[in-house]
Amino acid sequence: MKFAIQVNEGPYQHQAADSAYFFAKAALEKGHEIFRIFFYHDGVNNATRLTTPPQDDRNVVERWAELGGHYDLDMVVCVAAAQRRGVVDEGEAQRNGKDATNIHPRFRISGLGQLVEAAIQSDRLVVFGD
Amino acid sequence: MSTLHTVNKSPFEKTSLAACLEHVSAGAAVLLLEDGVYAALTRTSVEGQVKSALDNVKVYALGPDLQARGLLEERVIPGISVVDYAGFVDLAAEHDKVQAWL
Repeated sequence: MKFAIQVNEGPYQHQAADSAYFFAKAALEKGHEIFRIFFYHDGVNNATRLTTPPQDDRNVVERWAELGGHYDLDMVVCVAAAQRRGVVDEGEAQRNGKDATNIHPRFRISGLGQLVEAAIQSDRLVVFGD
Repeated sequence: MSTLHTVNKSPFEKTSLAACLEHVSAGAAVLLLEDGVYAALTRTSVEGQVKSALDNVKVYALGPDLQARGLLEERVIPGISVVDYAGFVDLAAEHDKVQAWL
């Protein structure tokens, strides 16, 4: 079965970011396909590679990136939500005159159309948030 | 056509569970996760509400979230099934859609 997952909350802020990860992992381990994971609202903070949690805490961003690398997941960050919160890739940095980027290379920035497309193309859309 | 409803709020903090139970149709399933698992316990003020919902719908609670809160499975209302994340995935696949009561 084809799943799409929407994540509305940031790491270390709300359990939704953890719940979404464990759901995605379990679905993939069962042999399901994940068409796309869409990070919306504060969920865009799951994509900053500059995160540095204490060594004895889980690294939510790295964990997503590892899962994404292992299963070649399409992990998309909402562009408007990312701009507001300073989650930046090369293109956005140039467009908005910023001096740095912080997005993890496993993620990409795109628009809400990607969420709509994921909802249409997948059998189920599962939303995690507050 | 059946829906899996997910409730992640404590019933002692938010009214999501009550709103969900008012809207579910017979044959639907409700999964309690995150702070929503508090609704799965016996001897609380919402026990009656949850028990009467069990006449119409199936109710599940996410085991890892019970454990994370130090809640023992013995305290879960009889009739509620405890599932893990793999069980959550199965429920999402078995139902036509998944509605999160955020």
